[in-house]
Amino acid sequence: MGMSLRWIDTIPLGGASGIAAVRRAARAVQAGDARVVACIGADTNHVDTFRQTTANFARFAQDAVLSYGSGGANASFALIARNYMNQFGVTREDLGRIAVAQRDNALRNPNALMKKPLILEQYMKAHPISDPIHLFDCVMPCAGAEGLLVMREETAKMLGLPFARLLSSIERHNAVSDDVQLRGGWVADIDELYAIAGIRPSDLDVVQTYDDYPVICMMQFEDLGFCKKGEGAEFVRAHDLRIDGDFPHNTSGGQLSCGQAGGGGGYLGLNEALRQVTDTAGPTQVPGARLALASGFGMMNYDRGLSSGALILAGD
Amino acid sequence: MTEPLKRPARKNPLVRTQVPMLPPSFQSRTAQILTAAAAEGRFALQECTECGTIAYPPRDACSECLSDDLPLTDLPAGGKVLSHTLISVPGELYFRERAPWLIGLVKLDCGPILVAHLHADCATGDRVRMSLQMDKAGNAAAFGRPEQDVPNMTDDTQWREMTAAPKFRRVLVTAGRTRVGQTIAGALADAGGTVFVGISEPWIPFEGEEKLKTDDRLQLMDLSVDDERSVRELAALIGGKVDILVNTNDYVRPGNLLDQKNASSVRDQLNQHFIGFVHLAQAFGGAMRARGADGSNSATAWVNVFSAYALANANPFGAFSAVQAGCLSLSHSLRGELRPAGVRVINLFTGPIDDEWYQTLPAPKVAPHTIASALVKALQNGQEDVFVDDIARDIRERIRQNQKGTERALNKDQSA
Repeated sequence: MGMSLRWIDTIPLGGASGIAAVRRAARAVQAGDARVVACIGADTNHVDTFRQTTANFARFAQDAVLSYGSGGANASFALIARNYMNQFGVTREDLGRIAVAQRDNALRNPNALMKKPLILEQYMKAHPISDPIHLFDCVMPCAGAEGLLVMREETAKMLGLPFARLLSSIERHNAVSDDVQLRGGWVADIDELYAIAGIRPSDLDVVQTYDDYPVICMMQFEDLGFCKKGEGAEFVRAHDLRIDGDFPHNTSGGQLSCGQAGGGGGYLGLNEALRQVTDTAGPTQVPGARLALASGFGMMNYDRGLSSGALILAGD
Repeated sequence: MTEPLKRPARKNPLVRTQVPMLPPSFQSRTAQILTAAAAEGRFALQECTECGTIAYPPRDACSECLSDDLPLTDLPAGGKVLSHTLISVPGELYFRERAPWLIGLVKLDCGPILVAHLHADCATGDRVRMSLQMDKAGNAAAFGRPEQDVPNMTDDTQWREMTAAPKFRRVLVTAGRTRVGQTIAGALADAGGTVFVGISEPWIPFEGEEKLKTDDRLQLMDLSVDDERSVRELAALIGGKVDILVNTNDYVRPGNLLDQKNASSVRDQLNQHFIGFVHLAQAFGGAMRARGADGSNSATAWVNVFSAYALANANPFGAFSAVQAGCLSLSHSLRGELRPAGVRVINLFTGPIDDEWYQTLPAPKVAPHTIASALVKALQNGQEDVFVDDIARDIRERIRQNQKGTERALNKDQSA
C-alpha cells in the first residue's frame, strides 16, 4: 500500500495478540507516538500450511511436544481438558452447550464458515480427535483477516466513525503454576479489570471469550468472574449463551463456527465486541448492547497457554 | 490390557509394502543432550549444578538461577500420569499411520512435568516408570510404562516402535563358528526370534556344531563375510526377510605394527571385519532400509558386536583395534543411512572375550552369555550404545575423563 509509518509493532502472542495490540496501540496514541493505529491480525491457509505452522511453532514445542504423537494444539488441550473435566465433574454435554450455542449464533453471521445447524446430539456423536476433544471442539483453520482502528475519541468524531471507548484492559504472561492448567492468567488481574472500568461482571451486555476450545471458554467464565472456580459447568447449564439468551456469548459464532485465521482468530471476539457496542453487528446484534468484554489466550507452551488478556469496551 | 502380539502371517506379495516414515525430528541442538542418555538406556535430564533445579524441556540456562551449567544427570524414573489423551487424528504422517496414539502429562517424582508417550496400560492417575527411548528418528523420547509389570507388557505397539524386540522377528547372526555367535543365536531364539546362523567354510568341523545343528529354531546358512559373492548369495536367499542383522564377526589376531614383517595378518582382519561389514551392508542394508515399516516383523535393527578397543587402541592388539575403530566409523555411517527407515544400528562394546585369542590377557574377561544377554536386552529396550562389561565401561569412562591418558595407558609398551 506504500504507507510510510511512524510507528509499527509486531505482536507474536497468538490468540492473545488482539488484546495486546489494542493495549499497545492505545498507549502509542495516548503518548502521541501515533494518531491512528490499525491493529490487524490475519493469516493465509494453503495446502499443508497448518501442519507446517504446528511443526514450526516454538522450540519447546519442537523439543518436547511435536514428536509426541503430533496432535498439535488438539492433544495439548485434550490433556488440559481431561484434567479440568475430572477436577470439576464437567461432562462433554456441558462443553457441548457452548459449541452448540455458538453455532446457533453463527447461523446469523453471513461471514461464518460453518453454515449447518449443530445440535447437542451431533456434538456428542462426533468422532474423537484427541479424546476428550472431539470434532466440534475444534476450530477450523482458515484464511482471513480482522482489524480495527485505535484513535482518540475526538479523532473518531472528526472522521465520522462509529467508536467505542476502551474502559480497561489486562494482559498477563506465565501466571499460572497449576500442574495441569486449570486457570488462565486472567485470575491475576481480573479485579483490576472491573475496578478500572467501574463496572461489575453482571453489567456486561455481551461477552466474547477466546474460544480455541469450549473448555477454555468455560474456564474463562470462572476466571473472568462470572462464576466461581469449578462452577463453569453449572453456569453453562443455567444460562442461555445465544444472541437472544440471558448471557449472549461469542455472538459471531466465534472461532468454533467462523474459523480461525491464525493470529486473526484472536481479533474475532474483539471485533465482534466492537460491533456489538457500536450497534453495527447487523444480524448478530444484541439489542441495546453497550458494554462488552473480549478476551484472548495464546502461546501454548509445551504444556500450557502462557498469555492471556481481556478488555472492556463501552459504546455510547 | 495389552493384547498378545500375534505371530505375523506370511508376507502377501500382492499387498503393497508400507513405506517407512519418521516422527517429526526438529529437536534443537540443546535437546540432543537427552539423546546421549537415551542411547545408553539411562533416564537422565539436565540438572543445574548451582541450584539443583531440573530443567525440562532442555534449556541453555537454568530458569531459576540462569546458570549455564546444566549437565545430564541420572534421576529417579518414577512418576504419575496427570492427564492422558488418545490422539486419533494426528498431524504428522508417521503418527497418522499409527493412530490412535496415547500420550500423557507425567509429573516426575523429581519435579518436572513432561509430555510422554504412554504404554497402553497407563491412564490418568496411574504411577509410571519413565524411560528415555530413541524414537524411529533417533530422538530421545520420554516413555511411561506401568510401574508394575502387566501381561504382554512388551507387546504394546508403541513400545515396539521404540524398541527392536526380536519376538517374531527373523535374525541373521553372521558368524556361528564362535562361542559368542552361537550363544547369541541361542539367546535370540529364546527371545522369540527365528534365527539364521552364518557358517563360513561349513565343511570344516567346529566346536559347538552338533548343538547348533540339533536346535530346530536355528537355520545354518553358508556365509563367509570376506567373500562378496558368498554374502550376496545369502542375501539373494534371505535378504528380504532379515529383520535383525547381528554382526558377530570375530577374527582377532594379536599383534602391533612392528611385531610382524608383512601385512597379511592385518589384511586378514581388515577383510573379515571392515570389508566384511561393507559386504554385509551392501548386500543386506538396502532391503532392510526398504522394510522399516513392514508390519510387526519389519526390519528393525543392525547390531554390531565390537571390541571396546574400537574406542581406544590397546597393546598388543594394535592392528585389531585399528580395524575395529574403522568398523565403528562405518557403523556411524550405516546408522545415518538406515535412519530414514527407522532401522536402528546398535553397537555393543565388549572387553576381551574369554576365548583362546585373548589367552595372554588377565581376567576379567567377558563370557559369551554376558554379551548375548546384553544384546537381547538392548534390542528389547531399544538402546543404541551398550558397554557390556566392566572393561568396556571402564574404557568408556576413562575416555570421557581423560582421553590422552587413556591412549597412553592402553598402549603402554608392556616390555617397559
